[in-house]
Amino acid sequence: MGTIAATKTRRFHNARWDEPVIFELSTPGSRGVLVPTTEPALAAEAGDGLSAPPESVRRRTPPALPELSQAQVLRHYLRLSQENLGADLNADIGQGTCTMKYNPKINDQLARSPKLAELHPLQDPSTVQGILEVMHRLDLALREISGLDRFTLQPASGSQALFGMQSIIRAAQRARGEWPRRNELIVTIFSHPSGAATAAVAGFKVITLHPGPDGYPTADALRAAISDRTAGLVITNPEDTGIFNPQIAEFTRIVHEAGGICGYDQANANGILGITRAREAGFDLCFFNLHKTFSTPHGSGGPACGALGATAELERFLPVPVVDFDGTRYRLEYDRPDSIGKLRAWYGVPGVHLRAYAWIMSLGAEGLRRVAEDAVIANNYVLSKVRRIHGITIPWPDKRRLEQVRYSWQRLADEAGVTSEDVGRRMADFGLHYWTSHHPWLIPEPFTLEPTEAYAKVELDEYVTAMERVAGEAYADPDFVRGAPYQSTVHKNDPGPLDDPARWAITWRAYLRKHGRRSAP
Amino acid sequence: MPEALPVHPYLPNSVPEIRAAMLREIGVEDVEELYADIPPELRLGRPLDLPAPFASETALRRHVEGLLARNTSTQEALSFLGFGCYQHQVPAVCDEINGRSEFLTAYAGEPYEDHGRFQALFEYASMMGELVGMDVVSVPTYDGAQATGTVLRMAGRLTGRREALVPRTMHPDRLRIVRNYVEPAIDLVAVGFDRSTGLLDLADLRAKVSDRTAAVLVENPTSLGSIEAQAPEIAALAHGSGALSVVYVDPSSLGVLEAPANYGADLICGDIQALGIHMNFGGGHGGFIASRDEERFVREYPSRLFGLTTTAVEGEWGFGDVAFERTSFHEREHAKEFVGTATALWGITAGVYLALMGPQGMRDLGAACLQRSRYLTSRLSTIPGVRAPAFESVAFREFVVGFTGTGRTVAEINAALLERGIFGGVDLSGYFPELGQAALYAVSEVHTKDDLDRLVSAVAEIVA
Repeated sequence: MGTIAATKTRRFHNARWDEPVIFELSTPGSRGVLVPTTEPALAAEAGDGLSAPPESVRRRTPPALPELSQAQVLRHYLRLSQENLGADLNADIGQGTCTMKYNPKINDQLARSPKLAELHPLQDPSTVQGILEVMHRLDLALREISGLDRFTLQPASGSQALFGMQSIIRAAQRARGEWPRRNELIVTIFSHPSGAATAAVAGFKVITLHPGPDGYPTADALRAAISDRTAGLVITNPEDTGIFNPQIAEFTRIVHEAGGICGYDQANANGILGITRAREAGFDLCFFNLHKTFSTPHGSGGPACGALGATAELERFLPVPVVDFDGTRYRLEYDRPDSIGKLRAWYGVPGVHLRAYAWIMSLGAEGLRRVAEDAVIANNYVLSKVRRIHGITIPWPDKRRLEQVRYSWQRLADEAGVTSEDVGRRMADFGLHYWTSHHPWLIPEPFTLEPTEAYAKVELDEYVTAMERVAGEAYADPDFVRGAPYQSTVHKNDPGPLDDPARWAITWRAYLRKHGRRSAP
Repeated sequence: MPEALPVHPYLPNSVPEIRAAMLREIGVEDVEELYADIPPELRLGRPLDLPAPFASETALRRHVEGLLARNTSTQEALSFLGFGCYQHQVPAVCDEINGRSEFLTAYAGEPYEDHGRFQALFEYASMMGELVGMDVVSVPTYDGAQATGTVLRMAGRLTGRREALVPRTMHPDRLRIVRNYVEPAIDLVAVGFDRSTGLLDLADLRAKVSDRTAAVLVENPTSLGSIEAQAPEIAALAHGSGALSVVYVDPSSLGVLEAPANYGADLICGDIQALGIHMNFGGGHGGFIASRDEERFVREYPSRLFGLTTTAVEGEWGFGDVAFERTSFHEREHAKEFVGTATALWGITAGVYLALMGPQGMRDLGAACLQRSRYLTSRLSTIPGVRAPAFESVAFREFVVGFTGTGRTVAEINAALLERGIFGGVDLSGYFPELGQAALYAVSEVHTKDDLDRLVSAVAEIVA
């Protein structure tokens, strides 16, 4: 073992606190925090408050929340945090397409400033000039990085940015008198499921292109999908395979000539910063996930930002408000009659905007380009090593990859009966995060590695070594891998109750109702 | 070119020897070979035109803090702003937990390496379930508006109808979000409000509810702060027409206000920002969706739902996704709407908050808000020309104040308050012109009697 990367796997064991569900820790009468008191003089005039609500909606029974002292709550959640594996603790390259890179601590510190955290969104603009300037400067940087003309920072994730993109395509086609006649939206199978799902939510009929012989759809396949009902195309490039579609400018030309609008999902932008842009490829819209490419922490699944950019022709459709700058003052402009309206409360997540701005300002133009180059080098380095692991195959093996690769364990599954999910559970035993891939599994038994620029060569080696070891174990003792994990917080789940309406329990109260109180383990 | 640059601390492989070794392993001399698939006409061919970067943390900090210094926060001023985003006590433990690397930098791990995230979000959902009286609560959505849009679409699918009745007083930004979100599936019809109470106009509701109605949405409290005393009656009216009763509820109120499930709600939604999350200039929001534990409801959720299960070891709790195949992760365009990154960290934080507060804390919080609302309205009403409260109904933590009688605009009054270091209430004259010169004043447990008295003196002085 260990012949490919020549490093050792870790003798890891995840924290296993056997931590009860918080309701089991409750002691009636305990207090975790006190509410500021009401001065007697105020209470004398205002009454006790409790009798104020109308009888019809006054609470009759207190909510059965758990009751714990403060340090008990702290310890409970600290233990849970230890039973979680963030990018700060592992070479988080197993969540391909999600760009799990380093989130600089300085940026977190800056975002926690009360000068940001304690701002209300409806303060007088004169009192929020600093954060508005940050948002404006970030807009300017993203314009240059993409070549498009204006960004909104409002979408709070990539999926919400995709939905915003679909909303703009719908609004623009309507403005041309083409909606709802043009109601077809073209996507690709190797892009995020939300591209297709948000199109359906926005009211489009979804047409999905599948890859041709080179791993990406052919221009002929696109032409065949085009008609006078085409509203637009939303596509990633590189797609989740990591293969760059060199015909992308022809794609956008074909769609434009047919009257469609082209949106670019730049979730996979980490390998092309400063190399190639949405503008030159002919896109009308694009978005960047600031929590991926621009280093802001993922927060266990948000809050985040999908910064959405448009050309001058389409910017009038962006959600309100936009940040305007007149050379002296920044203000929030709502008077935009063609706007799609709003996507998220207020202005999105400014703490994410600030972190992304700080990251860009830590790297500059040359730094961003080196990020892209290092991400591509790291990916190809890992590819070169992983290629030699028995049981793994690489679809389109002769095609170049940029920042990530979608691999397959089909051979392992055929030869040893061990699946990608099994491998993933065993990888947890080495303190490494691993994920299969989005559905559908067009590439069977898939996994996607995205090494990014952020992990040292020795850390990449460790990941590859662990994977090689798991493959070896799978051939030697498949049941052992299928039974994993062993050194994680918990053991293999019984999936049965999760899909059985009679047994599933989405809250503690549902659990008690269906299963009764359990005896202590 | 890049090789000549100094090694960057965020780029571990920028050490020249390491970079060379990695290129050697790949079998290329130059990174350019790896970019060969990108046609020349698509190459940028010049450096990006960006400001020069800061070469140290110190320089970066000076720059960013210099920008932020131009802000005046609600810690420096006395603020009465609310209207969907609220200043409350944020327990220190909330920030301690959401700043932990393990939660802050995790993403979408499996139930094994991310057991803690699954358990924390299961517990969050469980505690929200106790507040609203429901057995199913989703992992957080983007915000209360998104939760509302999804709940209305769920109601449309559940009833096979496409009309939703929503209050005219609904927050205008929330309405903008909902309108864009539900457009292909649901038609929104506004129900007016009683000008004396600010509550839903039941005659208008009776006139509009029909066999086309999928959902009747009631807000409690309303976006303008009033406790909707008619909520049980509204739910009954909805049910009478075969529609679902949807309640948008403020979770901060649920220590003192009834769980909506107990007055007829079928679907409940709302926003969790006030539960231990800083306002963050509007970045602190997260939404929740709740319902009874009926399969037909559960199958309509777009969100992930985390459930409790057992593991291969006796007595061990495991967690996983419930009915995952309804989501867009599995079914793409055939799924129930879409799911993705939303606001998990705020969900974890809200769970910590509710665990700290417990039933007594939520009750004390509710009482403190009700007391301060009553005190401030009563004091403001002594100022000639000021109408406080403008509505004859009970306010939870915010209420409309009429200034028309003072002869001054809210904009003028707020400008004068700002000079005195006070952020006056939200100017409603643009949002709800029918209210005249009116402002929405919000209070919470953070306000002391002195704070409220200071506002009253300032307003009295300004309108005199």
